[in-house]
Amino acid sequence: MTHDELREIAEKERDEQSRVPRKLNVCVAAGCLSLRSDQVLDALQTGLRERGLEGGCRARGVGCMGLCAAGPLVRSEPQHTYYRELSPGAPEVLSAILDNLDGRPVPEFALSPDLPFFAAQQKIVLENCGEIDPERIEDYIAADGYEALLSCIAGRSPDDVVQEIIRSGLRGRGGGGYPTGLKWSMVAKAPGDRKYVICNADEGDPGAFMDRSVLESDPHRVLEGMIIAAYAVGATKGYIYCRAEYPLAVKRLKVAIRQAEKLGLLGKRIGDSQFGFEIEIRLGAGAFVCGEETALIASVEGRRGEPRQRPPFPAYSGLHHAATLLNNVETFANVPPILRKGGSWFSSIGTEKSKGTKVFALVGDVMNTGLIEVPMGITLRDLVYKLGGGIAAGRQFKAVQTGGPSGGCIPAQFLDMNVDYESLMTVGSIMGSGGLIVMDDSKCMVDVAKFFMDFTRDESCGKCIPCRVGTTQLHRLLERISEGNGKLEDLDTLDRLGTMVRRTALCGLGQTAPNPVRSTLKYFREEYVQHIAGKTCAQGRCPCAAKPAACTEKQGEPTDAGAKSIPG
Amino acid sequence: MQAYPVSVPLPSDDKRWKLVAATMRRHNYNATALIEVLHTVQESFGYLDDVALRFVASSLRLPMSTVFGVATFYHFFSLKPPGEHTCVVCMGTGCYVKGAARLMQTIEEIAGVKAGQTTADGKVSVVAARCIGACSLSPAVVFDGEVIPRVQPATIRDQFRRWMSHDA
Repeated sequence: MTHDELREIAEKERDEQSRVPRKLNVCVAAGCLSLRSDQVLDALQTGLRERGLEGGCRARGVGCMGLCAAGPLVRSEPQHTYYRELSPGAPEVLSAILDNLDGRPVPEFALSPDLPFFAAQQKIVLENCGEIDPERIEDYIAADGYEALLSCIAGRSPDDVVQEIIRSGLRGRGGGGYPTGLKWSMVAKAPGDRKYVICNADEGDPGAFMDRSVLESDPHRVLEGMIIAAYAVGATKGYIYCRAEYPLAVKRLKVAIRQAEKLGLLGKRIGDSQFGFEIEIRLGAGAFVCGEETALIASVEGRRGEPRQRPPFPAYSGLHHAATLLNNVETFANVPPILRKGGSWFSSIGTEKSKGTKVFALVGDVMNTGLIEVPMGITLRDLVYKLGGGIAAGRQFKAVQTGGPSGGCIPAQFLDMNVDYESLMTVGSIMGSGGLIVMDDSKCMVDVAKFFMDFTRDESCGKCIPCRVGTTQLHRLLERISEGNGKLEDLDTLDRLGTMVRRTALCGLGQTAPNPVRSTLKYFREEYVQHIAGKTCAQGRCPCAAKPAACTEKQGEPTDAGAKSIPG
Repeated sequence: MQAYPVSVPLPSDDKRWKLVAATMRRHNYNATALIEVLHTVQESFGYLDDVALRFVASSLRLPMSTVFGVATFYHFFSLKPPGEHTCVVCMGTGCYVKGAARLMQTIEEIAGVKAGQTTADGKVSVVAARCIGACSLSPAVVFDGEVIPRVQPATIRDQFRRWMSHDA
């Protein structure tokens, strides 16, 4: 396919779309789909047919619109009105919507696009999510898709592409924040004629679903980012390492790969040039440690996902000992817009050291849970109160957890902090892949620390002793404290042991595993002391608070302050 | 690596072995396809048994220890046959803060099984998932492949009663 042919497809598709003035975009990403949005789509299509409106309005499936808490979501175009919580079991609501396509929105179910949740976002990665049908390549092409790829191949040298990424200041979105351009130039300069590009879509961080949504809503964007990367570094083969737990994402990726191959955007002689690149999907099999790059590479090679000592870094010796570029889904998704609009455009967004936007999965005890994309440097307060709509059920904000099992809990005193890589690090957390779990005052921080420690203990691959034994011991100490059998010295032991694990573990999993304990110990020490000295959990979440017989009813409610309960 | 003719006979005339063999053929019997092949086995048979592991090992010319090592390393693979129904409880952070532990407790009370176990009558397998990515619908469970949002203990009780009653 040549550049002109691509433009032809884009124009034809735009022309066709403009002929249908009204649209009903129905979210068919996994969240809304589990609430039966496919049946809502069917019902709307049938309704349009019955009313003879097919020529004037099209109902179609699109990707995630973000406000998953109010799903199934439908957006009516051109007014941009959102409709929330539509159910296939309430046909009268769907009829009302179809009867008012031009008139006023149906008030009970309408959401204005001016709500802060929608209006305060800035979309780069998610620009097509909720706008295009993820299973049609023409939709993506009409939204300037593959434009960046073909103009790179036609008119820019690989080194020029790398320089553009360096200029943009893009940093790895998987959590580490390593400068992407630098990584690309390392792989490009590495010796050897066989190189690989791998996309890390093994979103193992519990409580996060950014990558899943991008893959389900706009898979071609990730493919285009990967193909551009391959062109820039000189790779001929790519893998997408995707979680087996995301069957819909895998299915849509497969469809996208087939479509791109058919149009000559993937495979041999891309864009009628000498450059060829193919992509295969590899399924993960449920191992958190496979987010670590050397472990992921081992898994792609069909082995146990155990990390190895670095250097050599995968940029020099990765998959099958060849130079390998490994980036996360969101990083690749940022690439096409950067090349389309220029690196300096991208670097004008965000803060001095953290450029661009970040996608977050806002979950936990906020009103508006869902997926958001905001410029770097936004305050936590804006995230929780403006976009998130505040804490649910009249409770108080207690902490926000970022970075998953590798991150920390940030207390209320830092709500006005800017969210970027460095600031989060200074308060003992990390950016991570973008999970933001908001917790209200009914949550016990000892319990949260224990939850994460249980996770890393279980997910430790067992290769190095500090991580294998250290996480087990840390978890055992926390268990003892939560049962009301802790001693005050245990707090020092937690601190010492945590420092040791952080300094000596082989890979990132172990090095960051103590973070949830360290941060809660730092900001919520009094809760630990209360569990040890008072043998009670004020939030009623730990075993030490359980009274015989009435333990389950008491959950979530504060127990009597002075009540001593039976340990264990 | 080069492809070579493989003469390992299928373990039985069960048609599902042909799917497994097809996956191996597609990857030229390359050892790097081990995880892909195990996925096919689990998808076809529901779990990985000794016969399957031995068949895969000899077909890919890998030591049994390597195959067993990989099969046990990853959470997704199961070495035990699943029950008639599966109940996956998401234990991701989003679901955990919304009370997933209580759902697990409810299951233990009514069915007497913990995560990773199957009820004695073989009706229901209970699995704890790391995160199914349905965080904004937390707490979420998956009943036989269908994601159920915002689950209450009562939802679990009803479903288990239906599954475990004899006429189900």
